[in-house]
Amino acid sequence: MRHRLLFTAKKLLRMGLLLLGVSIVTFLLMSASPLDPLQTNVGQAALGTMSQEQVERLEAYWGMDTPPLERYAGWLTDLLCGDMGTSLLYRQPVTSVIWQRLSSSLLLLLSAWVISGVLGLLLGVAAGVWRGRWPDKLIRGWCLLLSSSPAFWLAILLLLVFSVWLGWLPAGLSVPIGMESSLVTAGDRLRHAILPAVTLSITGVSNIALHTREKMVDVLESDYILFARARGESMGSIVWRHGLRGISLPAITLQFGSVSEIIGGSVLVEQVFSYPGLGQAAVTAGLGSDLPLLMGITLITSAIVFGGNLAADLLYGAVDPKIRRRAAK
Amino acid sequence: MTERHWNRRAGTLLFLVLAILVLAGITAAGIFLEEEAAVTDFSRTNLAPGAEFWFGTDWMGRDMFARTIAGLSLSIRIGLLTAAVSAAAALVLGTMAATLGRRADSAISWCIDLVMGIPHILLVMLISIACGRGFAGVVAGVSLSHWPSLARVIRGEVLQLKNAPYILVEEKLGVSKLQVACRHMLPHLFPQFLTGLILLFPHAILHEASVTFLGFGLSSEQPAIGVILSESMQYLTTGRWWLALFPGLSLVLVVVLFALLGERARYLLDPASAHE
Repeated sequence: MRHRLLFTAKKLLRMGLLLLGVSIVTFLLMSASPLDPLQTNVGQAALGTMSQEQVERLEAYWGMDTPPLERYAGWLTDLLCGDMGTSLLYRQPVTSVIWQRLSSSLLLLLSAWVISGVLGLLLGVAAGVWRGRWPDKLIRGWCLLLSSSPAFWLAILLLLVFSVWLGWLPAGLSVPIGMESSLVTAGDRLRHAILPAVTLSITGVSNIALHTREKMVDVLESDYILFARARGESMGSIVWRHGLRGISLPAITLQFGSVSEIIGGSVLVEQVFSYPGLGQAAVTAGLGSDLPLLMGITLITSAIVFGGNLAADLLYGAVDPKIRRRAAK
Repeated sequence: MTERHWNRRAGTLLFLVLAILVLAGITAAGIFLEEEAAVTDFSRTNLAPGAEFWFGTDWMGRDMFARTIAGLSLSIRIGLLTAAVSAAAALVLGTMAATLGRRADSAISWCIDLVMGIPHILLVMLISIACGRGFAGVVAGVSLSHWPSLARVIRGEVLQLKNAPYILVEEKLGVSKLQVACRHMLPHLFPQFLTGLILLFPHAILHEASVTFLGFGLSSEQPAIGVILSESMQYLTTGRWWLALFPGLSLVLVVVLFALLGERARYLLDPASAHE
């Protein structure tokens, strides 16, 4: 048990350092930007009519009069006390904006993560088992097509078919327009989340399916599978008892590695469906140079990605006795 | 050519040549069509696809076919540039990590983890903002965010090669490091590097389109696919499906062509999979 705690502690320390790196990189990139937040948010015309004092007050609000190093140090000390600052565009604490947005994105992200993982695994196993035959060719072609399509274009196509032509599903947002928030039912929210969630799920499938197929082919060519077949085991039992165990480690890697891709996809998909989630907030913050919010979002999403990697590292030991024993030595 | 000579190698070569010709053709055609793509004519607005305008026209009467081809050409050119830059970065950093000792290795591996930890789209967005958006922003963003996976592959390869028996023997025989690198390392790495480079194109092109679509990339005057698709969003509910369908579909076809190109190139270059 002790070595596992030590292993986890080491990984957590590394994760903390990486997150610090992420915040520094984000801050440097944002402060290197030649874009003037006053020009983008207030506009040249409005700035021209303002008095010098007003402009100075605005500059102070956007933090343009403080040197970058001081700003970063201030941000970091506040962060260690659990305060991520105040969003300049939403005029709310960053933590509450992120919390609100993340809770509506979470439904999309989780369902897409689970569906794409399960579907990708099934398709990959099927393609591996029937390699070279028509199911394999079909699945590979389908995956090639999917991985070559931009997520936002798929979103536009689904929007066009299911909400504009067929009219089955709403075209955007997470709740019906003009309805009081107390009247919105869980069913309404679900109906609005279907299209974005489906788009995200199908974009994540191809990567997982193609890699699972590769591993499955490797496993099925091994000697112990040959021996199992010589013993007269049926294909179903071989896949169930040997194949799935053989691909479980790469499957874990793929499943937890897809977190970053799904979050990235959600930025695009939420933009198309005007879904008020974290991804959309990131785009708004980026376009409006809202530094505190963008830093908060980058930090949170990177923490989720690193958390996924950590979970995969810990699961390896739980799944594979070889790794467990080697660690115990 | 007789039946006997028509093996898979010849077929693959033919495919490679054809694919490269098609892509080069689109790139060249796009450069010539760039002016036509910007021509507005309010006597022919919002036409559905037909014999005269294959992809229809938009609300300013611009020919969508010309715009699409010009956009694809722009995408391919940006893809070539960014893929080349990030592949070069991957080669340099991967080799450095493998040869310059443990300190350098852990520093570069840390950087790889860092870049891979930020979701791709967010990172491209951030770099693009740092460069003031526009063409420079997209190119910097896409090229600076795509090197880690290839760098990891190259690092692994070089580490393995360094300890390969024939390399160790050469060193014991007193052959200079430079000669070992040129005679043994490069020929081994080159196929891996080339397929890695070609397989970077699809990612680069898709990310360029995505970031432009979000508004962090090319400006709206340029006929980029991302711009076309983001403009089409306003006209979807009024039934002008052709504004989104054809430009997106052509982008998918170009990306598929690149992906197949990379896959086939690997068959040819990698001796292990040549006889599968």
